[in-house]
Amino acid sequence: MTPLDAPSATTPATAARDAEPILVFQHVALGFDGKLILNDISFTMEHGETRILLGPAGCGKSLLLKLANGLLAPDSGTVRLFGKDLRSVLRDDLYSLRANTGMVFQEGALFDSLSVRENVAYRLREENRDEELIEAKVREVLQFVELEHAIDLLPSQISGGMRRRVAIARAIITQPALLLYDSPTGGLDPITSTTIIDLIVKERDVFGGTSLLVTHRLQDAFTLATHAFNATTQQMERIPNRGLAPNTKFLVLNNTRIVFDGGLEDLLRSTDPFLQAFLA
Amino acid sequence: MELEPGAFVKEKILRVQEYALLSAAGVGNLFRRPLYVADIFAQADLIGIGSLPIVILTGFFTGAVLALQSAYTLSQFGAKSITGELVSLSMIRELGPVLTGLMVSGRNASGMASELGSMQVTEQIDAMRALGTDPIKKLVTPRIVSTIVMLFFLTIVADTVGILGGGVVSAAMLGIGPSQYFHASIDILRYPDVLQGMVKPIFSGFIIATIGCFYGMTTKGGTQGVGRSTTQAVVASSVFIIALDFIVSRFMIGAFGR
Ligand SMILES: Nc1ncnc2c1ncn2[C@@H]1O[C@H](COP(=O)(O)OP(=O)(O)OP(=O)(O)O)[C@@H](O)[C@H]1O
Ligand SMILES: [Mg+2]
Repeated sequence: MTPLDAPSATTPATAARDAEPILVFQHVALGFDGKLILNDISFTMEHGETRILLGPAGCGKSLLLKLANGLLAPDSGTVRLFGKDLRSVLRDDLYSLRANTGMVFQEGALFDSLSVRENVAYRLREENRDEELIEAKVREVLQFVELEHAIDLLPSQISGGMRRRVAIARAIITQPALLLYDSPTGGLDPITSTTIIDLIVKERDVFGGTSLLVTHRLQDAFTLATHAFNATTQQMERIPNRGLAPNTKFLVLNNTRIVFDGGLEDLLRSTDPFLQAFLA
Repeated sequence: MELEPGAFVKEKILRVQEYALLSAAGVGNLFRRPLYVADIFAQADLIGIGSLPIVILTGFFTGAVLALQSAYTLSQFGAKSITGELVSLSMIRELGPVLTGLMVSGRNASGMASELGSMQVTEQIDAMRALGTDPIKKLVTPRIVSTIVMLFFLTIVADTVGILGGGVVSAAMLGIGPSQYFHASIDILRYPDVLQGMVKPIFSGFIIATIGCFYGMTTKGGTQGVGRSTTQAVVASSVFIIALDFIVSRFMIGAFGR
């Protein structure tokens, strides 16, 4: 058995790393009951990129995330994950592709009858890892999200912010090649939000994964773009000289379409009236 | 709810198709890795051991009341001595399988629908899919396997306890000796009787698990939706169990002449 940390040779991410972008949307459209929610969505995410998805409530951000790992199928257009067209992959292959992505749901979606330990260990159990390795790895990620003390509790026994962090731990335990975060700070107080953004920055800078992140708090988005994790002080710090985190880009949705795709500087400089109102 | 008849029929047909696909995938997964053995055992414990008390109680009293009623009718024709035969045939061919099916349906089809329904509305099923697990493999297949296997054995228990219940009543209230009663009830049985009684729970088990899981997995509309799915699962599986019981009986009687 290969050590857990070493990416196995068969992961689609490694295979596709150089050749193919991690995620590609091409003219994707999705509607419900005849009403179009997403229309002509096209963008590309390269390896190592962090993409922040912004947009007003109800504009389809959560749906876009579910399209990315095939939980939903688009009405038209194509989604390519790790270079594979999700429409053409077989059912079983879709599950193995998903095993290489992590998703933090807007409402957490923890398994409510399993303890925090079992929630976090879920993926490793699915992979039939041995007991000792699972225990060690679970403690390690729980330490990462600073929740080791809650290991034996049930989701109903911990707070909303803690649940969000358990959801993050469950998603990142196998260091998947693509992480999808749906509003990880939604409905939380500023201090807990900062803790979570801190974790995401740490995740980004320590493991260098690719992630697509939805947020309602512009402040979080700016923090992500302007801060980096300092390995020597073990803390998140502002990048000096008004520098920006490389590979951290923005995607703004409004009224079924993508209205912005690019870096922070361009976003702030934009003259689009919607963007100016949205960022104000 | 203003639905046009055409749209209504189309929706029903789509539901049936969805059910058929889910059932087929649930069974098909038996032959594809991974097989969730631990989940099969957990469900077997929940369904089998958990249902044992109610199955024993219903079985016993069904046999008892059967003896009581039939002895009264039979005595009018001076045939009270064949009470044992009547109880054993009715229990094994009909009442054992059907009543056990209905009891387990009330207990477990509802349990499955509400458990999977709650998981569905809280996005736990989506979370499972996002984690790379096929929920049909992990949730549906183990329930189908364990319900069928457990219902089979529960039916045997119900039959046995029912005949025993009839024996107790015969001895205590009807003045039929235990040896006469049990001799009669065993001697009357033929191979087709036993076969019929053993085939029925296989169908019922399949119905309970697939309908319970289907209503659970397709739950919409929050907690109220979970309640609705639960009720519908019990109603639908009970009706199908009885309808299928008729069809199997007709077929077996046609095939074996009894
Ligand atoms: N299953 C569904 N059936 C019908 N409409 C749906 C469904 N799921 C989502 N929608 C609609 O799609 C739109 C987008 O939903 P989505 O959850 O993606 O919004 P969002 O951008 O994530 O919003 P928020 O910021 O509040 O989380 C909403 O208007 C919603 O009503
Ligand atoms: Mg959302």
